[in-house]
Amino acid sequence: MSNVEKYNKAFVEALEITADLLNEKLTYQSIENWDSVGHMSLVAELEDSFDIMMETDDIIDFSSYEKGKEILKKYGIEI
Amino acid sequence: METSFYNGLERYRAQTAVVDDTGVTLTYEDLENYAKKIGELLPQRSLAFCYCENTAGSLCSYIGCLYNSVVVLLLNRSIDKELNQELMNRYKPSFIFAPVEDRDIYSDYSDMYTEHGYMLLERGNKTSICLHDELALLLTTSGSTGSPKLVKQSFSNIQSNAQAIAEYLELDGEERPITTLPMNYTYGLSIINSHLQVGATICMTTKGILQKEFWDFFRQQQATSFGGVPYTYEMLKKLRFFGMKLPSLRTMTQAGGKLTPKLHKEFAQYAKEQGKRFVVMYGQTEATARMAYLPYEKSLDKYGSMGIAIPGGKFELIDVDGKIITASDTVGELVYYGPNVTLGYAEGLEDLKIGDERKGKLITGDMAKRDEDGYYYIVGRKKRFLKIFGNRVNLDECERMLHTEFVQNECACGGVDDKLCIYYTGSSMRGQSSISHDFDTEKGEEIGKKMEQFLSHKTGLHPSAFVSMQVEEIPKNDAGKILYKELPAIG
Repeated sequence: MSNVEKYNKAFVEALEITADLLNEKLTYQSIENWDSVGHMSLVAELEDSFDIMMETDDIIDFSSYEKGKEILKKYGIEI
Repeated sequence: METSFYNGLERYRAQTAVVDDTGVTLTYEDLENYAKKIGELLPQRSLAFCYCENTAGSLCSYIGCLYNSVVVLLLNRSIDKELNQELMNRYKPSFIFAPVEDRDIYSDYSDMYTEHGYMLLERGNKTSICLHDELALLLTTSGSTGSPKLVKQSFSNIQSNAQAIAEYLELDGEERPITTLPMNYTYGLSIINSHLQVGATICMTTKGILQKEFWDFFRQQQATSFGGVPYTYEMLKKLRFFGMKLPSLRTMTQAGGKLTPKLHKEFAQYAKEQGKRFVVMYGQTEATARMAYLPYEKSLDKYGSMGIAIPGGKFELIDVDGKIITASDTVGELVYYGPNVTLGYAEGLEDLKIGDERKGKLITGDMAKRDEDGYYYIVGRKKRFLKIFGNRVNLDECERMLHTEFVQNECACGGVDDKLCIYYTGSSMRGQSSISHDFDTEKGEEIGKKMEQFLSHKTGLHPSAFVSMQVEEIPKNDAGKILYKELPAIG
């Protein structure tokens, strides 16, 4: 699975949404399921899929689908 | 009249009462001036709804009501539309306080006054109503399951609880609590009340602990304390909170459900090492807010305990025959006595006329035991509800909602805190009338998923809190009562 596939799968599974919602409009709290609970599941999914441990500052800065791609770069993951 | 947190604002004049993340800062004098303005506009003993968010405008509206003896129902700004409509129909409030951005929602109300981003609206044809003299405030019981049942709190309920909390937490004017809970939620509100009592500064933010802006505001405002439900503490742990540098933080409180003993111990340990205080507490909306607290010095020795009764309160444990249990380590139903025991429930306008129905005694519905040193431990619940992310979710109500929506399946709800399990039968066992979900075209698993989504939507809680399991049949006794203990455990 490519990085972008893994990244998208994490969103779909953690937030229980369909893939068509994965775009620049998807931000924290923009949909019901991306609340605090969804956020923690998303972080857990991403950490599992990419085998990383995200830092506090990155977890709280992970405010959108696009922003997340930028953050993962820090961990050497190109989406 | 006795001085209280809402009418004694002049005590703290120039001190800052509230600072919010939109840049509004108000002194106690500003708060009082706003309250006086409201007094010119609203008649005493009228009924208002306030749609809350954690902003200075929302706080002003609430204090403005209490100051002028206007009875106010506090609701979340993002309340479910259907529930809101139901409450509107039942109570027909003469006045509404809401954020200016929500003007369109209340199109049948006209403008009266706007300040600090909150507008005061008025109903065209006002219903004349009779409100009991002691009634001060209305709060929802379980908000999340969409129940329109309200808790009636008196002036002396909220004042006595604010005072007791300020006393056992040793609060003073130097405190700067930051909001982490909605102000229409009794625990969030009790933090506000108890701090206004001592002239402290409330730092209000609409952001949450998973947002960078929250922590920027926290540091900028040098916040000294926050509160959290069990789920807040689970998130903080995952956020690796123990590694964060927060020198201004002095106190963390916890309520809204039982923290796992493991997490209780970890936070107690952290607090001890860092010279901070971690205070586990216990309460219910029916007791205004707080009934018990575990003194921070004991948080490590007595982890897993919810502590002792607050100043002015008292507990008893009652056995199945209604007798008082005197022995230690014996489980019984927890009963609380105190001036913060609320007046009773309201299910409609008529109920607002009725005075105190509980006379200072609250049967909590929680099962507890007391150790030989007098510390209480919650061991379970008598009533059928779960706490999900700090919200009370009534299982019987969930069953009823499923029953109406999924007529083809039999359902039962169970589970543990933060994980509600829907048990359902696969075959069509109930009549053929008004089929809203055609079972033939769907596999059992899909039905389960739909039920999870349905409850998640109805309660406004994240779908990960719901699981479903198909069972051969729902076990029942001869009288047709569901035998919950015979349902398989989840996980």
